[in-house]
Amino acid sequence: MARSQTRKPFKWAPVFDHTILILGALFMLVPVVLAFVTSSHSAVQIAREGIMFVPGSHLGENYSKAMFEKGGFTATIDGMVMLKNSLILGLGFALGKIIISMLAAYALVYFRLRFATFAFWIIFTTLLLPLEVRILPSYEAIQRLDLANTYTGLIVPLIASATGTFFFRQFFRSVPEELAEAARIDGAGPVKFFIDILVPLSQTMIAAIFIIMFVFGWNQYLWPTLITTDEGLFTLVRGIKQIYQTMIDANSIPEYGQALALAIIAMLPPVLIVIFFQSWFVKGLTESDK
Amino acid sequence: MKRAGFTSVWLPVALLLPQLSIIAIFFYWPAGWAVQSSFYLQDPFGFGSTFVGFENYTDLTANSEYMRIAWFTVVFTVLVTFFSLSIALLLAVKADKVIRGAKSYRTLLMWVYAVAPPVAGFMGIMLFHQHTGPMTDFFKALGWDYKILVDYNSTATAFIIVSVWKQIPVNFIFFLSGLQSIPRAVREAAMIDNRSGVRRFWDITFPLLAPTGFFLLIINITYALFDTFGIIDTLVKGEPGNNPMTLVYKVYMDGFRGNDLGGSSAQSVILMVLVLVLTVFQFRLIERRIHYS
Amino acid sequence: MAQVTLNGVGKTYPNGFEAVKPSSFDIADGEFVVLVGPSGCGKSTLLRMVAGLEDITAGSLNIGDREVNDVDPADRDVAMVFQNYALYPHMTVRKNIGYGLKNRGTSAAEIEAKVQDAAKMLDLSALLDRKPSQLSGGQRQRVAMGRAVVRDPALFLFDEPLSNLDAKLRNQMRIEIKALQRRLGVTSIYVTHDQVEAMTMADRIIVLNGGEIEQIGTPAEIYHNPASKFVASFMGAPPMNLIDAQLENGEIRMNGSTVLTAPSDQAYAGPVTMGIRPEDVVIDEAGSTPFTIEIVEELGAHRLLHGRLAGHAFTVHVGKESLANAGEVRLQIKPDAIRLFQPETGKAI
Repeated sequence: MARSQTRKPFKWAPVFDHTILILGALFMLVPVVLAFVTSSHSAVQIAREGIMFVPGSHLGENYSKAMFEKGGFTATIDGMVMLKNSLILGLGFALGKIIISMLAAYALVYFRLRFATFAFWIIFTTLLLPLEVRILPSYEAIQRLDLANTYTGLIVPLIASATGTFFFRQFFRSVPEELAEAARIDGAGPVKFFIDILVPLSQTMIAAIFIIMFVFGWNQYLWPTLITTDEGLFTLVRGIKQIYQTMIDANSIPEYGQALALAIIAMLPPVLIVIFFQSWFVKGLTESDK
Repeated sequence: MKRAGFTSVWLPVALLLPQLSIIAIFFYWPAGWAVQSSFYLQDPFGFGSTFVGFENYTDLTANSEYMRIAWFTVVFTVLVTFFSLSIALLLAVKADKVIRGAKSYRTLLMWVYAVAPPVAGFMGIMLFHQHTGPMTDFFKALGWDYKILVDYNSTATAFIIVSVWKQIPVNFIFFLSGLQSIPRAVREAAMIDNRSGVRRFWDITFPLLAPTGFFLLIINITYALFDTFGIIDTLVKGEPGNNPMTLVYKVYMDGFRGNDLGGSSAQSVILMVLVLVLTVFQFRLIERRIHYS
Repeated sequence: MAQVTLNGVGKTYPNGFEAVKPSSFDIADGEFVVLVGPSGCGKSTLLRMVAGLEDITAGSLNIGDREVNDVDPADRDVAMVFQNYALYPHMTVRKNIGYGLKNRGTSAAEIEAKVQDAAKMLDLSALLDRKPSQLSGGQRQRVAMGRAVVRDPALFLFDEPLSNLDAKLRNQMRIEIKALQRRLGVTSIYVTHDQVEAMTMADRIIVLNGGEIEQIGTPAEIYHNPASKFVASFMGAPPMNLIDAQLENGEIRMNGSTVLTAPSDQAYAGPVTMGIRPEDVVIDEAGSTPFTIEIVEELGAHRLLHGRLAGHAFTVHVGKESLANAGEVRLQIKPDAIRLFQPETGKAI
């Protein structure tokens, strides 16, 4: 009895662990917090003092200007238009990719195809070359097809990579074979099996891939920069380039506050989606490589 | 293919058609075109072109600027990969260990995944600003006359720090999931066999994480080569001048600003070959991973 | 309801591997036939060819009066219970059971009535709105059965349906499946690697080995008159004792010395493999054969004595009242309990 009274020696290891984790979390968090804090100051103040560490009084003003005041060279776009374009790119890319790659993966996994191996290699070679490597020729192709400054030209070439097909192929292969066999004996043909069984079974996978692809599409930069010169098609991420270019070009004080406000807005939707659907997102990301 | 496949002939073709046509139009056609034009010298005004064989390639290897950029790309890739992997591994090991707050730490350490590279670069502009940036103040306090966009190494440092910051979350997520998939029994057996936590990590945990590490190595190299474009373009504000740049950025500069189609295409082809080698390497690793489990 | 006829049915894969050698047998209407054999013997492939999930590369298969080689599985009027049950995870029990009917265009009211009937028969009525993940292993097994029963097919196919259950539940389900099959009178083919399931459930057993039929017969025939060494050692636990010996002039010699009388008059002479079931041996002081007991396995109702007979490993099955101590005893072996096999081919003599 007396023994249990003696105090356990204090353990330093957990303190050390938490210290490291807190430092790591701060490293990730602080730049964004500072950007947010700074976005609440006036352009003049930011130009003079740079990053601010205490909130200022121009928060509402900066954000409403960023979102609703027409800007750009042609003074036709505001943050709302860019937000709409970002949504179109993110959603269009994610949905298009999911539909196209699910169909292709279904064909590859569940059918006896004479040219299956050939189709497989045709499709999966595209995994090898990210768009960045072939920007110039892709740009050329878009020009020839007269698709520059269109949503199609913006979205479709990004879909021309097999990542989604690869994810779904791996997932379909992990679905027990007997399910398809049971369905065949139950009288379900390929179309019925796909709609009644496979798509409902893939729900989590679809959600996970949707999140990954939405974030990927939303954050696209190089391709939109090349393919959209019409300001009406600018996305938020693309718009940031325009802002700092006007920052260089103009002789007046750059609109730092508004620019930061726009950067925060550009970050918000994908970050929130990743945080709220964390478990799906992590699952989709880590299971994709198996 | 599943052992009991459906036998329809036209259906799978119809299912594959959208994917195949997109790939044909936006992948094979451009890629083939790049290979072809890498052997031609394009007239800058768009009036025809001359076949020059491998001249575009030999020009590149003889070009000291190109070789300098290639060397910078290697150094940049190695540093970004090393720092983002090791910091993420440290954080993942700790996040796997703590009981209290584990979920909050996980969220706090991964959300940056969703931040777009140019947005990260834009914050970098503010933080590394030559006159008002807190990072500049910090480096100056350490005795380094830090001048972004003026001094080569200063700019390179900003590239690396922002790129590492952006890449830590992906590595963290994979390492953490790798750690969590180590069977409980293996950990418990290790606890019985070995008293020292550090020894346990190097003898048991680290080798079991090795497949994840190899996989991430490739992912990180690819990231440093290609996905950092947005960070670099933003940090140099689209005007690199004498600042360091990566090979992909050079492709972009020559092709879209310099109008050197042949040279840019040859550079694209070199990058394609590079990625091809990396990916073949990666596929072999993945095959090995399957054998592990 | 239907009889099934296999005429030289075989399976060769494109890579040249012959999974099932051409096999012929008939299954009578309402009969319960068990295909048994070790893993890789081709029993599942044979079943899957009957189901239509695997192409038949040789011979012809008839269900009823119809040749079904090229008929889609859905149109063969068969129902199958899979080893892992293959329940649709996102559907309720009701939908799982009714899915096959729905695909055949049965009206909603009729589906509901049939599902209710099947559920009642299988004691699933209270579980109809649950999803498979909310069910125990035994309940899932019943749902898989329900999916088969509700269709009222001509033929039931079972692919190791009990192997994912624990021992106790397996014994119980064994009886239930057999009872259900009797009641419905549907022709059934049942694949298992478990010889106890084969013995207890089958009207007739087909023993397969290496893609080939070793023997077809009732459980009693298979047990008492195995057609080969393989059947002798595969069926029965503990297996039949197999000892290499020499047959001459109606006498069996082991290691040159120990002598047993051969069953009836044998024309054959030369090397043989002698098979004796462990329970066909009696411990008897007056017995002619010495046996050294090394280990006694106490099983409650009976005991297994493991030891050596003329230098060969040998097992004797005795009742619980028999003595059981390590040491030397003598055995009485009746000549008609001895089975003889050719050592090389393994076939019964």
